Amino acid sequence: MIEGAAWRKWVFYNIPLILFVFVLLFPFYWMIITTFRPDGELYRPWNAANYQPFWTNNPTLDHILYLFEETSFGRWMLNTMFIAAVSTVISLFCGVLAGYALARLNFPFAGGLGTVIFVTYLVPQTLLFIPLAEIIRNFRLGDTPWSLILTYPTFLIPFCTWLMMGYFKAIPKELEECARIDGASRWKAMIYIILPVAVPGILSAGIFAFTLSWNEFIYALVFLSSPDQKTVPVGVTSELIRGDVFFWGPLMAGALLGSIPVAIVYSFFVEHYVSGLTGSVKG
Amino acid sequence: MAVTAVSGSVARPIPRLRRMEDERWLAFALLVPTAVLLGLFIAYPFVEGVLLSLNSTRVGIKGEFVGLKNFDKVWNDSIFRTSVWNTFWYTGVTTVFKLALGLWLAILLNRHFRGKALVRAFILLPFIIPTVLSTFAWKWMFDPTFSVINWTLFQLGFITQRINWLGDPDLAMTSIIIVNVWRGVPFFAISLLAGLQTISPELQEAAAIDGARPWQRFWHVTWPLLLPVTMVVVLFSVIQTFADFQLVYVMTGGGPANATHLFATYAYQLGIGTGLLSEGAAVSLAMFPFLFLIVVVQLLYIRRVETR
Repeated sequence: MIEGAAWRKWVFYNIPLILFVFVLLFPFYWMIITTFRPDGELYRPWNAANYQPFWTNNPTLDHILYLFEETSFGRWMLNTMFIAAVSTVISLFCGVLAGYALARLNFPFAGGLGTVIFVTYLVPQTLLFIPLAEIIRNFRLGDTPWSLILTYPTFLIPFCTWLMMGYFKAIPKELEECARIDGASRWKAMIYIILPVAVPGILSAGIFAFTLSWNEFIYALVFLSSPDQKTVPVGVTSELIRGDVFFWGPLMAGALLGSIPVAIVYSFFVEHYVSGLTGSVKG
Repeated sequence: MAVTAVSGSVARPIPRLRRMEDERWLAFALLVPTAVLLGLFIAYPFVEGVLLSLNSTRVGIKGEFVGLKNFDKVWNDSIFRTSVWNTFWYTGVTTVFKLALGLWLAILLNRHFRGKALVRAFILLPFIIPTVLSTFAWKWMFDPTFSVINWTLFQLGFITQRINWLGDPDLAMTSIIIVNVWRGVPFFAISLLAGLQTISPELQEAAAIDGARPWQRFWHVTWPLLLPVTMVVVLFSVIQTFADFQLVYVMTGGGPANATHLFATYAYQLGIGTGLLSEGAAVSLAMFPFLFLIVVVQLLYIRRVETR
Protein backbone atom coordinates (compact mmCIF):
# COMPACT_ATOMS: atom_id res chain seq x y z
CA MET A 1 0.00 0.00 0.00
CA ILE A 2 2.52 2.57 1.09
CA GLU A 3 5.09 3.39 -1.51
CA GLY A 4 8.39 5.11 -0.85
CA ALA A 5 10.95 5.27 1.88
CA ALA A 6 10.71 4.12 5.47
CA TRP A 7 10.63 7.70 6.74
CA ARG A 8 7.32 8.27 5.01
CA LYS A 9 5.81 5.34 6.85
CA TRP A 10 7.00 6.85 10.10
CA VAL A 11 5.75 10.35 9.37
CA PHE A 12 2.36 9.36 8.01
CA TYR A 13 1.56 6.29 10.07
CA ASN A 14 3.71 5.41 13.03
CA ILE A 15 4.21 8.80 14.65
CA PRO A 16 0.54 9.85 14.45
CA LEU A 17 -0.50 6.47 15.81
CA ILE A 18 1.93 6.73 18.71
CA LEU A 19 0.59 10.22 19.50
CA PHE A 20 -2.99 8.96 19.42
CA VAL A 21 -2.20 6.09 21.77
CA PHE A 22 -0.26 8.39 24.09
CA VAL A 23 -3.06 10.96 24.40
CA LEU A 24 -5.78 8.32 24.73
CA LEU A 25 -3.96 6.48 27.51
CA PHE A 26 -2.25 9.31 29.39
CA PRO A 27 -5.19 10.07 31.75
CA PHE A 28 -5.07 6.47 32.94
CA TYR A 29 -1.36 6.75 33.62
CA TRP A 30 -2.12 9.93 35.54
CA MET A 31 -4.74 8.07 37.58
CA ILE A 32 -2.25 5.34 38.46
CA ILE A 33 0.63 7.64 39.37
CA THR A 34 -1.64 9.84 41.52
CA THR A 35 -2.95 6.80 43.36
CA PHE A 36 0.53 5.90 44.59
CA ARG A 37 1.90 9.40 45.13
CA PRO A 38 2.13 10.68 48.74
CA ASP A 39 0.19 13.82 49.62
CA GLY A 40 3.36 15.85 50.11
CA GLU A 41 4.26 15.40 46.45
CA LEU A 42 0.68 15.53 45.25
CA TYR A 43 0.03 19.05 46.46
CA ARG A 44 3.14 20.62 45.06
CA PRO A 45 2.32 23.45 42.59
CA TRP A 46 3.21 22.80 38.97
CA ASN A 47 5.64 25.73 38.86
CA ALA A 48 7.55 24.60 41.96
CA ALA A 49 11.18 23.72 41.30
CA ASN A 50 10.86 20.13 42.49
CA TYR A 51 7.59 19.36 40.66
CA GLN A 52 8.09 15.89 39.32
CA PRO A 53 5.04 14.94 37.31
CA PHE A 54 5.77 11.61 35.71
CA TRP A 55 7.30 9.57 38.48
CA THR A 56 7.39 9.21 42.23
CA ASN A 57 10.22 7.89 44.36
CA ASN A 58 8.09 7.41 47.44
CA PRO A 59 5.12 5.26 46.40
CA THR A 60 2.49 4.82 49.08
CA LEU A 61 -0.67 2.79 49.64
CA ASP A 62 -2.19 5.42 51.93
CA HIS A 63 -4.85 6.51 49.47
CA ILE A 64 -6.08 2.99 48.88
CA LEU A 65 -6.12 2.29 52.63
CA TYR A 66 -8.04 5.52 53.21
CA LEU A 67 -10.59 4.39 50.65
CA PHE A 68 -11.28 1.13 52.45
CA GLU A 69 -10.98 2.38 56.02
CA GLU A 70 -12.66 5.78 55.89
CA THR A 71 -15.29 5.27 53.20
CA SER A 72 -17.65 2.46 52.14
CA PHE A 73 -15.72 1.87 48.94
CA GLY A 74 -15.93 -1.93 49.32
CA ARG A 75 -19.68 -1.66 49.64
CA TRP A 76 -19.89 0.55 46.55
CA MET A 77 -17.97 -2.01 44.52
CA LEU A 78 -20.27 -4.83 45.65
CA ASN A 79 -23.35 -2.68 45.00
CA THR A 80 -22.20 -1.76 41.51
CA MET A 81 -21.28 -5.34 40.70
CA PHE A 82 -24.62 -6.69 41.96
CA ILE A 83 -26.67 -4.03 40.15
CA ALA A 84 -24.74 -4.38 36.89
CA ALA A 85 -24.93 -8.19 36.97
CA VAL A 86 -28.64 -8.47 37.77
CA SER A 87 -29.76 -5.76 35.36
CA THR A 88 -27.62 -7.35 32.64
CA VAL A 89 -29.25 -10.75 33.23
CA ILE A 90 -32.75 -9.24 33.18
CA SER A 91 -31.98 -7.30 30.02
CA LEU A 92 -30.47 -10.30 28.26
CA PHE A 93 -33.50 -12.41 29.14
CA CYS A 94 -35.94 -9.81 27.80
CA GLY A 95 -33.75 -8.81 24.86
CA VAL A 96 -33.16 -12.37 23.64
CA LEU A 97 -36.85 -13.23 23.76
CA ALA A 98 -37.95 -9.98 22.13
CA GLY A 99 -35.17 -10.15 19.54
CA TYR A 100 -36.20 -13.69 18.64
CA ALA A 101 -39.85 -12.71 18.28
CA LEU A 102 -39.09 -9.67 16.14
CA ALA A 103 -36.56 -11.40 13.91
CA ARG A 104 -38.08 -14.83 13.36
CA LEU A 105 -41.80 -14.82 13.99
CA ASN A 106 -44.58 -13.53 11.76
CA PHE A 107 -47.11 -11.45 13.59
CA PRO A 108 -48.98 -8.22 12.97
CA PHE A 109 -47.12 -4.97 13.70
CA ALA A 110 -43.72 -6.70 13.91
CA GLY A 111 -42.08 -3.95 11.87
CA GLY A 112 -43.73 -1.19 13.87
CA LEU A 113 -42.66 -2.75 17.16
CA GLY A 114 -39.09 -3.04 15.90
CA THR A 115 -39.10 0.68 15.17
CA VAL A 116 -40.54 1.47 18.61
CA ILE A 117 -37.74 -0.51 20.26
CA PHE A 118 -35.16 1.23 18.12
CA VAL A 119 -36.55 4.62 19.16
CA THR A 120 -36.47 3.73 22.87
CA TYR A 121 -32.85 2.71 22.31
CA LEU A 122 -32.21 6.37 21.47
CA VAL A 123 -34.02 7.85 24.49
CA PRO A 124 -31.30 9.32 26.73
CA GLN A 125 -31.56 8.88 30.50
CA THR A 126 -31.38 12.64 30.99
CA LEU A 127 -34.75 13.13 29.27
CA LEU A 128 -36.77 11.30 31.92
CA PHE A 129 -34.82 11.30 35.16
CA ILE A 130 -37.01 13.80 37.04
CA PRO A 131 -40.42 12.14 36.49
CA LEU A 132 -38.75 8.74 36.89
CA ALA A 133 -37.42 9.80 40.30
CA GLU A 134 -41.00 10.59 41.36
CA ILE A 135 -42.21 7.23 40.06
CA ILE A 136 -39.43 5.38 41.87
CA ARG A 137 -40.42 7.16 45.06
CA ASN A 138 -44.10 6.30 44.60
CA PHE A 139 -43.18 2.64 44.08
CA ARG A 140 -41.16 2.86 47.32
CA LEU A 141 -38.01 1.76 45.52
CA GLY A 142 -35.98 4.88 46.34
CA ASP A 143 -32.55 4.30 47.88
CA THR A 144 -32.59 0.56 47.12
CA PRO A 145 -30.58 -1.31 44.49
CA TRP A 146 -33.88 -2.28 42.87
CA SER A 147 -34.48 1.30 41.75
CA LEU A 148 -31.50 0.83 39.41
CA ILE A 149 -31.92 -2.88 38.64
CA LEU A 150 -35.40 -2.18 37.29
CA THR A 151 -34.60 1.05 35.43
CA TYR A 152 -31.27 0.13 33.81
CA PRO A 153 -33.03 -2.39 31.53
CA THR A 154 -34.83 0.56 29.90
CA PHE A 155 -31.67 1.43 28.03
CA LEU A 156 -30.17 -2.10 28.02
CA ILE A 157 -33.15 -4.06 26.63
CA PRO A 158 -33.52 -2.01 23.42
CA PHE A 159 -29.81 -2.42 22.79
CA CYS A 160 -29.84 -6.19 23.50
CA THR A 161 -32.97 -6.67 21.39
CA TRP A 162 -31.50 -4.76 18.48
CA LEU A 163 -28.24 -6.68 18.59
CA MET A 164 -29.94 -10.06 18.98
CA MET A 165 -32.29 -9.33 16.07
CA GLY A 166 -29.23 -9.02 13.86
CA TYR A 167 -27.88 -12.36 15.08
CA PHE A 168 -31.17 -14.21 14.80
CA LYS A 169 -31.81 -12.91 11.30
CA ALA A 170 -28.48 -14.34 10.16
CA ILE A 171 -29.38 -17.88 11.25
CA PRO A 172 -30.93 -19.80 8.35
CA LYS A 173 -34.62 -20.71 8.69
CA GLU A 174 -33.89 -24.27 7.60
CA LEU A 175 -32.11 -25.00 10.86
CA GLU A 176 -35.28 -24.46 12.79
CA GLU A 177 -37.48 -26.18 10.24
CA CYS A 178 -35.37 -29.36 10.49
CA ALA A 179 -35.93 -29.45 14.22
CA ARG A 180 -39.64 -28.84 13.78
CA ILE A 181 -39.95 -31.65 11.24
CA ASP A 182 -38.24 -33.92 13.72
CA GLY A 183 -41.05 -33.12 16.12
CA ALA A 184 -39.67 -30.31 18.27
CA SER A 185 -42.12 -27.67 19.38
CA ARG A 186 -41.45 -24.09 18.38
CA TRP A 187 -40.40 -23.31 21.94
CA LYS A 188 -38.00 -26.26 22.07
CA ALA A 189 -36.55 -25.36 18.68
CA MET A 190 -35.82 -21.92 20.00
CA ILE A 191 -34.21 -23.06 23.26
CA TYR A 192 -32.19 -26.03 21.97
CA ILE A 193 -31.42 -25.13 18.37
CA ILE A 194 -31.39 -21.37 17.87
CA LEU A 195 -30.12 -20.07 21.22
CA PRO A 196 -26.93 -22.18 21.24
CA VAL A 197 -26.09 -20.86 17.77
CA ALA A 198 -26.64 -17.30 18.98
CA VAL A 199 -24.32 -17.61 22.01
CA PRO A 200 -21.66 -15.25 20.60
CA GLY A 201 -24.35 -12.61 20.14
CA ILE A 202 -25.65 -13.14 23.66
CA LEU A 203 -22.13 -12.80 25.01
CA SER A 204 -21.54 -9.56 23.08
CA ALA A 205 -24.81 -8.08 24.27
CA GLY A 206 -24.06 -9.15 27.84
CA ILE A 207 -20.55 -7.65 27.94
CA PHE A 208 -21.77 -4.43 26.42
CA ALA A 209 -24.75 -4.20 28.78
CA PHE A 210 -22.50 -4.85 31.78
CA THR A 211 -20.13 -2.01 30.90
CA LEU A 212 -23.07 0.31 30.22
CA SER A 213 -24.61 -0.35 33.62
CA TRP A 214 -21.25 0.04 35.35
CA ASN A 215 -20.92 3.39 33.61
CA GLU A 216 -24.42 4.72 34.37
CA PHE A 217 -24.42 7.82 36.51
CA ILE A 218 -27.46 10.09 36.58
CA TYR A 219 -30.07 7.53 37.71
CA ALA A 220 -27.74 6.31 40.45
CA LEU A 221 -27.05 9.90 41.50
CA VAL A 222 -30.72 10.80 41.72
CA PHE A 223 -32.28 7.57 43.08
CA LEU A 224 -29.76 6.68 45.80
CA SER A 225 -29.10 8.77 48.88
CA SER A 226 -27.54 6.84 51.76
CA PRO A 227 -23.76 6.28 51.53
CA ASP A 228 -24.04 2.50 51.89
CA GLN A 229 -26.33 2.11 48.89
CA LYS A 230 -24.24 4.04 46.38
CA THR A 231 -22.50 2.77 43.28
CA VAL A 232 -18.81 3.48 42.61
CA PRO A 233 -19.22 6.52 40.31
CA VAL A 234 -21.72 8.18 42.66
CA GLY A 235 -19.92 7.25 45.87
CA VAL A 236 -16.62 8.60 44.60
CA THR A 237 -18.29 11.84 43.50
CA SER A 238 -20.28 12.50 46.64
CA GLU A 239 -18.11 11.15 49.46
CA LEU A 240 -14.61 12.18 48.36
CA ILE A 241 -15.44 15.80 47.69
CA ARG A 242 -16.42 17.76 50.80
CA GLY A 243 -17.54 21.23 49.88
CA ASP A 244 -14.70 22.60 47.80
CA VAL A 245 -12.10 20.16 49.06
CA PHE A 246 -11.18 17.36 46.69
CA PHE A 247 -9.41 14.36 48.21
CA TRP A 248 -7.43 13.79 45.06
CA GLY A 249 -5.38 10.82 46.26
CA PRO A 250 -8.33 8.67 47.33
CA LEU A 251 -10.37 10.01 44.41
CA MET A 252 -7.86 8.74 41.87
CA ALA A 253 -7.43 5.49 43.83
CA GLY A 254 -11.22 5.06 43.70
CA ALA A 255 -11.31 5.85 40.00
CA LEU A 256 -8.55 3.32 39.36
CA LEU A 257 -10.00 0.50 41.45
CA GLY A 258 -13.51 1.26 40.19
CA SER A 259 -12.32 0.88 36.61
CA ILE A 260 -10.54 -2.43 37.13
CA PRO A 261 -13.54 -4.79 37.10
CA VAL A 262 -14.81 -3.34 33.80
CA ALA A 263 -11.32 -3.41 32.36
CA ILE A 264 -10.91 -7.08 33.33
CA VAL A 265 -14.26 -8.11 31.88
CA TYR A 266 -13.41 -6.13 28.76
CA SER A 267 -9.92 -7.60 28.38
CA PHE A 268 -11.30 -11.14 28.38
CA PHE A 269 -13.93 -10.40 25.76
CA VAL A 270 -12.44 -7.66 23.58
CA GLU A 271 -13.60 -9.30 20.38
CA HIS A 272 -17.14 -9.75 21.65
CA TYR A 273 -17.19 -6.21 22.92
CA VAL A 274 -16.05 -4.82 19.59
CA SER A 275 -18.60 -6.87 17.68
CA GLY A 276 -21.28 -5.66 20.09
CA LEU A 277 -20.18 -2.08 19.56
CA THR A 278 -20.06 -2.25 15.79
CA GLY A 279 -23.20 -4.42 15.68
CA SER A 280 -25.07 -1.82 17.69
CA VAL A 281 -24.11 0.78 15.13
CA LYS A 282 -24.91 -1.25 12.07
CA GLY A 283 -28.23 -2.44 13.55
CA MET B 1 -38.19 -41.13 9.96
CA ALA B 2 -39.66 -41.77 6.54
CA VAL B 3 -43.08 -42.25 8.06
CA THR B 4 -43.10 -38.93 9.85
CA ALA B 5 -41.90 -37.15 6.74
CA VAL B 6 -44.71 -38.64 4.67
CA SER B 7 -47.42 -38.00 7.22
CA GLY B 8 -46.05 -34.47 7.67
CA SER B 9 -46.39 -33.71 4.00
CA VAL B 10 -49.84 -35.21 3.76
CA ALA B 11 -51.29 -33.38 6.75
CA ARG B 12 -49.54 -30.13 5.96
CA PRO B 13 -52.40 -27.58 5.74
CA ILE B 14 -53.70 -28.12 9.27
CA PRO B 15 -50.41 -27.84 11.24
CA ARG B 16 -49.48 -24.77 9.26
CA LEU B 17 -52.73 -23.10 10.28
CA ARG B 18 -52.19 -24.11 13.87
CA ARG B 19 -48.63 -22.85 13.69
CA MET B 20 -49.83 -19.45 12.55
CA GLU B 21 -51.94 -19.26 15.69
CA ASP B 22 -49.08 -20.56 17.72
CA GLU B 23 -46.67 -18.03 16.26
CA ARG B 24 -48.73 -15.01 17.24
CA TRP B 25 -49.23 -16.20 20.78
CA LEU B 26 -45.57 -17.08 21.13
CA ALA B 27 -44.52 -13.67 19.83
CA PHE B 28 -46.90 -12.03 22.26
CA ALA B 29 -45.55 -14.05 25.19
CA LEU B 30 -41.95 -13.34 24.24
CA LEU B 31 -42.57 -9.60 24.04
CA VAL B 32 -44.44 -9.25 27.32
CA PRO B 33 -41.44 -8.80 29.68
CA THR B 34 -39.91 -6.15 27.42
CA ALA B 35 -43.20 -4.33 26.97
CA VAL B 36 -43.87 -4.28 30.73
CA LEU B 37 -40.43 -2.86 31.65
CA LEU B 38 -40.30 -0.32 28.85
CA GLY B 39 -43.90 0.73 29.43
CA LEU B 40 -43.42 1.14 33.16
CA PHE B 41 -40.09 2.96 33.04
CA ILE B 42 -40.11 4.82 29.70
CA ALA B 43 -43.67 5.41 28.47
CA TYR B 44 -45.15 6.09 31.91
CA PRO B 45 -42.37 8.51 33.00
CA PHE B 46 -42.70 10.28 29.68
CA VAL B 47 -46.40 10.94 30.22
CA GLU B 48 -45.71 11.80 33.86
CA GLY B 49 -42.93 14.18 32.74
CA VAL B 50 -45.23 16.03 30.37
CA LEU B 51 -47.85 16.39 33.15
CA LEU B 52 -45.17 17.48 35.62
CA SER B 53 -43.90 20.16 33.26
CA LEU B 54 -47.43 21.56 32.99
CA ASN B 55 -47.97 22.08 36.73
CA SER B 56 -46.13 23.70 39.59
CA THR B 57 -44.75 20.83 41.67
CA ARG B 58 -41.83 21.41 44.00
CA VAL B 59 -40.26 18.94 46.39
CA GLY B 60 -42.90 18.17 49.01
CA ILE B 61 -45.54 20.46 47.48
CA LYS B 62 -48.12 18.96 45.15
CA GLY B 63 -48.58 21.47 42.35
CA GLU B 64 -51.58 22.55 40.34
CA PHE B 65 -52.05 22.87 36.60
CA VAL B 66 -50.38 26.00 35.23
CA GLY B 67 -50.36 25.34 31.48
CA LEU B 68 -47.23 26.39 29.64
CA LYS B 69 -46.09 28.77 32.36
CA ASN B 70 -42.98 26.76 33.17
CA PHE B 71 -41.87 26.76 29.55
CA ASP B 72 -42.56 30.48 29.34
CA LYS B 73 -40.52 31.13 32.46
CA VAL B 74 -37.68 28.93 31.31
CA TRP B 75 -37.64 30.54 27.87
CA ASN B 76 -37.06 33.96 29.43
CA ASP B 77 -34.36 32.59 31.70
CA SER B 78 -30.90 33.74 30.60
CA ILE B 79 -29.20 30.62 32.07
CA PHE B 80 -31.52 28.43 30.02
CA ARG B 81 -30.65 30.35 26.87
CA THR B 82 -26.96 29.94 27.63
CA SER B 83 -27.52 26.21 28.15
CA VAL B 84 -29.26 25.89 24.79
CA TRP B 85 -26.43 27.69 23.03
CA ASN B 86 -23.83 25.65 24.95
CA THR B 87 -25.53 22.38 24.07
CA PHE B 88 -25.51 23.13 20.34
CA TRP B 89 -21.95 24.43 20.41
CA TYR B 90 -20.74 21.47 22.46
CA THR B 91 -22.51 18.95 20.22
CA GLY B 92 -21.39 20.59 16.97
CA VAL B 93 -17.74 21.13 17.79
CA THR B 94 -17.18 17.76 19.46
CA THR B 95 -18.88 15.90 16.61
CA VAL B 96 -16.67 17.53 13.97
CA PHE B 97 -13.50 16.72 15.92
CA LYS B 98 -14.59 13.22 16.85
CA LEU B 99 -15.40 12.42 13.23
CA ALA B 100 -12.18 13.89 11.83
CA LEU B 101 -9.87 12.36 14.44
CA GLY B 102 -11.81 9.10 14.57
CA LEU B 103 -11.59 8.69 10.81
CA TRP B 104 -7.89 9.46 10.86
CA LEU B 105 -7.30 6.91 13.62
CA ALA B 106 -9.42 4.33 11.77
CA ILE B 107 -7.30 4.79 8.64
CA LEU B 108 -4.12 4.45 10.70
CA LEU B 109 -5.43 1.19 12.13
CA ASN B 110 -6.66 -0.20 8.81
CA ARG B 111 -3.45 -1.96 7.81
CA HIS B 112 -1.32 -4.78 9.10
CA PHE B 113 1.29 -4.10 11.73
CA ARG B 114 2.67 -5.88 14.73
CA GLY B 115 0.63 -5.49 17.90
CA LYS B 116 -2.46 -4.28 16.03
CA ALA B 117 -4.90 -6.24 18.20
CA LEU B 118 -3.27 -4.88 21.35
CA VAL B 119 -3.33 -1.29 20.12
CA ARG B 120 -6.98 -1.63 19.17
CA ALA B 121 -7.87 -3.07 22.57
CA PHE B 122 -6.04 -0.30 24.43
CA ILE B 123 -7.47 2.45 22.27
CA LEU B 124 -11.01 1.59 23.34
CA LEU B 125 -10.23 2.11 27.03
CA PRO B 126 -11.47 5.73 27.20
CA PHE B 127 -14.80 4.49 25.90
CA ILE B 128 -15.32 1.64 28.38
CA ILE B 129 -13.88 3.08 31.59
CA PRO B 130 -16.78 4.75 33.45
CA THR B 131 -16.98 8.32 32.20
CA VAL B 132 -17.25 9.85 35.65
CA LEU B 133 -14.05 8.17 36.80
CA SER B 134 -11.95 9.09 33.78
CA THR B 135 -13.35 12.63 33.84
CA PHE B 136 -12.03 13.00 37.37
CA ALA B 137 -8.56 12.18 36.06
CA TRP B 138 -8.99 15.00 33.52
CA LYS B 139 -10.28 17.40 36.14
CA TRP B 140 -7.17 16.66 38.18
CA MET B 141 -5.02 17.23 35.11
CA PHE B 142 -6.74 20.58 34.53
CA ASP B 143 -6.40 21.68 38.17
CA PRO B 144 -5.08 25.28 38.05
CA THR B 145 -2.46 24.85 40.77
CA PHE B 146 -1.27 21.30 40.18
CA SER B 147 -1.91 20.96 36.45
CA VAL B 148 0.42 18.66 34.54
CA ILE B 149 -0.88 20.29 31.36
CA ASN B 150 0.26 23.72 32.52
CA TRP B 151 3.62 22.24 33.47
CA THR B 152 4.04 20.66 30.04
CA LEU B 153 3.05 23.81 28.17
CA PHE B 154 5.40 25.83 30.38
CA GLN B 155 8.31 23.47 29.84
CA LEU B 156 7.71 23.58 26.08
CA GLY B 157 7.73 27.38 26.25
CA PHE B 158 4.14 27.98 25.11
CA ILE B 159 3.04 29.79 28.26
CA THR B 160 4.71 31.92 30.91
CA GLN B 161 2.01 31.88 33.57
CA ARG B 162 -0.68 29.47 34.65
CA ILE B 163 -3.84 28.88 32.64
CA ASN B 164 -6.94 28.67 34.81
CA TRP B 165 -8.59 25.97 32.74
CA LEU B 166 -11.85 25.53 34.60
CA GLY B 167 -12.15 29.02 36.09
CA ASP B 168 -12.72 30.93 32.87
CA PRO B 169 -16.05 30.35 31.04
CA ASP B 170 -14.58 29.94 27.54
CA LEU B 171 -11.64 27.85 28.66
CA ALA B 172 -13.94 25.70 30.79
CA MET B 173 -16.10 24.94 27.74
CA THR B 174 -12.97 24.16 25.73
CA SER B 175 -11.75 21.81 28.44
CA ILE B 176 -15.08 19.99 28.47
CA ILE B 177 -14.97 19.70 24.69
CA ILE B 178 -11.45 18.25 24.85
CA VAL B 179 -12.54 15.57 27.32
CA ASN B 180 -15.62 14.69 25.28
CA VAL B 181 -13.55 14.35 22.11
CA TRP B 182 -11.03 12.21 23.99
CA ARG B 183 -13.80 9.92 25.18
CA GLY B 184 -15.61 9.74 21.82
CA VAL B 185 -12.76 9.27 19.35
CA PRO B 186 -12.30 5.54 20.14
CA PHE B 187 -15.97 4.84 19.44
CA PHE B 188 -15.76 6.63 16.08
CA ALA B 189 -12.45 5.00 15.22
CA ILE B 190 -13.50 1.43 15.99
CA SER B 191 -16.89 1.76 14.29
CA LEU B 192 -15.40 3.39 11.19
CA LEU B 193 -12.63 0.79 11.16
CA ALA B 194 -15.31 -1.90 11.02
CA GLY B 195 -16.80 0.02 8.09
CA LEU B 196 -13.45 0.34 6.34
CA GLN B 197 -12.81 -3.38 6.65
CA THR B 198 -15.92 -4.15 4.63
CA ILE B 199 -14.56 -2.16 1.68
CA SER B 200 -12.73 -4.44 -0.71
CA PRO B 201 -9.05 -3.46 -1.21
CA GLU B 202 -9.49 -4.35 -4.89
CA LEU B 203 -11.45 -1.14 -5.39
CA GLN B 204 -8.51 0.85 -4.07
CA GLU B 205 -6.12 -1.07 -6.30
CA ALA B 206 -8.30 -0.54 -9.35
CA ALA B 207 -8.42 3.19 -8.67
CA ALA B 208 -4.65 3.25 -8.14
CA ILE B 209 -4.08 1.51 -11.48
CA ASP B 210 -6.30 4.12 -13.12
CA GLY B 211 -3.92 6.72 -11.73
CA ALA B 212 -5.85 8.09 -8.75
CA ARG B 213 -3.75 9.84 -6.10
CA PRO B 214 -4.17 8.66 -2.49
CA TRP B 215 -6.36 11.66 -1.66
CA GLN B 216 -8.57 11.05 -4.72
CA ARG B 217 -8.80 7.37 -3.83
CA PHE B 218 -10.06 8.30 -0.40
CA TRP B 219 -12.51 10.96 -1.59
CA HIS B 220 -14.00 9.11 -4.54
CA VAL B 221 -13.80 5.48 -3.42
CA THR B 222 -13.53 5.08 0.35
CA TRP B 223 -15.62 7.97 1.62
CA PRO B 224 -18.82 7.26 -0.39
CA LEU B 225 -18.71 3.61 0.66
CA LEU B 226 -18.13 4.55 4.27
CA LEU B 227 -20.92 7.12 4.34
CA PRO B 228 -23.73 4.83 5.62
CA VAL B 229 -21.69 3.74 8.67
CA THR B 230 -20.53 7.31 9.22
CA MET B 231 -24.08 8.65 9.21
CA VAL B 232 -25.26 6.16 11.82
CA VAL B 233 -22.22 6.70 14.05
CA VAL B 234 -22.61 10.47 13.85
CA LEU B 235 -26.31 10.39 14.66
CA PHE B 236 -25.75 8.10 17.64
CA SER B 237 -23.00 10.30 18.91
CA VAL B 238 -25.01 13.49 18.39
CA ILE B 239 -27.84 12.13 20.54
CA GLN B 240 -25.47 11.03 23.30
CA THR B 241 -23.60 14.34 23.28
CA PHE B 242 -26.71 16.47 23.09
CA ALA B 243 -28.12 14.79 26.19
CA ASP B 244 -24.78 14.58 28.02
CA PHE B 245 -24.71 15.08 31.75
CA GLN B 246 -21.91 13.36 33.62
CA LEU B 247 -18.96 14.99 31.93
CA VAL B 248 -20.09 18.55 32.63
CA TYR B 249 -21.38 17.63 36.08
CA VAL B 250 -17.93 16.40 37.10
CA MET B 251 -15.77 18.95 35.29
CA THR B 252 -17.53 22.20 36.19
CA GLY B 253 -20.97 21.41 37.63
CA GLY B 254 -22.25 23.97 35.13
CA GLY B 255 -19.96 26.70 36.46
CA PRO B 256 -18.18 29.07 36.55
CA ALA B 257 -21.26 31.26 37.15
CA ASN B 258 -23.58 28.88 35.23
CA ALA B 259 -21.60 29.43 32.02
CA THR B 260 -21.17 25.78 30.99
CA HIS B 261 -24.60 24.29 31.63
CA LEU B 262 -26.15 21.92 29.12
CA PHE B 263 -29.85 21.03 29.04
CA ALA B 264 -29.34 18.06 31.34
CA THR B 265 -27.12 19.70 33.94
CA TYR B 266 -29.40 22.71 34.17
CA ALA B 267 -32.44 20.45 34.50
CA TYR B 268 -30.63 18.63 37.31
CA GLN B 269 -29.73 21.86 39.06
CA LEU B 270 -33.31 23.15 38.89
CA GLY B 271 -35.15 19.90 39.52
CA ILE B 272 -32.94 18.05 42.00
CA GLY B 273 -30.62 20.78 43.29
CA THR B 274 -33.22 23.47 43.93
CA GLY B 275 -36.27 21.21 44.16
CA LEU B 276 -38.23 22.94 41.40
CA LEU B 277 -39.36 19.62 39.95
CA SER B 278 -41.75 21.02 37.35
CA GLU B 279 -39.29 23.54 35.95
CA GLY B 280 -36.56 20.90 35.86
CA ALA B 281 -38.88 18.54 33.98
CA ALA B 282 -39.68 21.36 31.55
CA VAL B 283 -35.98 21.97 30.84
CA SER B 284 -35.42 18.23 30.29
CA LEU B 285 -38.39 17.98 27.97
CA ALA B 286 -37.17 20.98 25.99
CA MET B 287 -34.57 18.55 24.59
CA PHE B 288 -37.32 16.42 23.15
CA PRO B 289 -38.06 18.30 19.88
CA PHE B 290 -34.39 18.25 18.90
CA LEU B 291 -33.91 14.61 19.83
CA PHE B 292 -37.10 13.76 17.97
CA LEU B 293 -35.81 15.49 14.84
CA ILE B 294 -32.52 13.59 14.99
CA VAL B 295 -34.31 10.26 15.46
CA VAL B 296 -36.60 10.97 12.50
CA VAL B 297 -33.62 11.81 10.29
CA GLN B 298 -31.95 8.59 11.41
CA LEU B 299 -35.02 6.45 10.74
CA LEU B 300 -35.55 7.99 7.31
CA TYR B 301 -31.90 7.49 6.45
CA ILE B 302 -31.89 3.86 7.56
CA ARG B 303 -35.06 3.19 5.57
CA ARG B 304 -33.54 4.79 2.48
CA VAL B 305 -30.39 2.71 2.77
CA GLU B 306 -32.39 -0.48 3.35
CA THR B 307 -34.68 -0.01 0.38
CA ARG B 308 -31.85 0.85 -1.97
